[in-house]
Amino acid sequence: MDTADIKKPENIVYRKPALITDNVMHYCPGCSHGVVHKLIAEVIDEMGIQESTIGICPVGCSVFAYNYIDIDWEEAAHGRAPALATATKRLCPDKHVFTYQGDGDLASIGTAEIIHACSRGENIVVIFINNGIYGMTGGQMAPTTLIGMKTSTTPYGRDPKLNGFPMVIADMISHLDGTAFITRQSVHTAAAVRKAKSAIRKAFEYSEKNIGLSFVEIVSTCNSGWKMNPVDANKWMVENMFRKYPIGDIKDILK
Amino acid sequence: MAFKGAIEIDAQHCKGCGVCVANCPTGSISLSRMVNGKGYNYAEMVGDACIGCSACALVCPDSVITVYRVKI
Repeated sequence: MDTADIKKPENIVYRKPALITDNVMHYCPGCSHGVVHKLIAEVIDEMGIQESTIGICPVGCSVFAYNYIDIDWEEAAHGRAPALATATKRLCPDKHVFTYQGDGDLASIGTAEIIHACSRGENIVVIFINNGIYGMTGGQMAPTTLIGMKTSTTPYGRDPKLNGFPMVIADMISHLDGTAFITRQSVHTAAAVRKAKSAIRKAFEYSEKNIGLSFVEIVSTCNSGWKMNPVDANKWMVENMFRKYPIGDIKDILK
Repeated sequence: MAFKGAIEIDAQHCKGCGVCVANCPTGSISLSRMVNGKGYNYAEMVGDACIGCSACALVCPDSVITVYRVKI
């Protein structure tokens, strides 16, 4: 059978999700943000909640996420997405509200917001992209940077005596009673992408049940900040990031 | 039952990151020697071993791959 015979509309098994706009993403080649955007778009489309979903953009590389997924968005000040999501969800309880935040946003300047949103048990979804570095501003050390990892502000590697230890936010908030579902996923292989998608879907379904905050951490890469090509960055993530941030479900109150 | 697949790549929007190449189980995708309008070596389908598994499209950050599959 010839390739031209296979390329027919009825044979399509995978295509760009309908909710992803035609704008060219500004992310670097191989950035995990694009994959996570795609998964969120697919989940919203499959659940049929495009009209009732409100996303909250962070400050960071994903600050322009509103250009790429065709839903309603709000733009929060740095780290304040959970606070904005709290207000949005309380004023519009029938909407699906989610925040999309990186580690420089959520784990650093926004630590107070996320801890208190979890503690209050807001019925929102938090998507947390953890790549262990500040990507947008030029690869500075983030709270989640691994010990010994070289960044532009720790050129000899992160030294715990000088820079402290990495923060494992998902494990920290699992001790708070307001959280319903906490999981850590990645998007470096096809299998991992499928698991991450079902985790994001579960998080949106839990937010409909009004049982607390759902938190999906995606361990991801920043190949520009890590100074690697995208394929090597994925390997480095598996070898190093997964030791400190192991993949799997951390908390599920319905289990 | 076997499957045969094909992929179509939006070459102008591909950034040539190569993540799809590393994830293809049959080696049916590689980076072209040609460059697109932005100067990236875009991905292209090679050979006829594609089984339409969608692994390349799932990991593609820019959603430029469309996957087709037929039973043979």
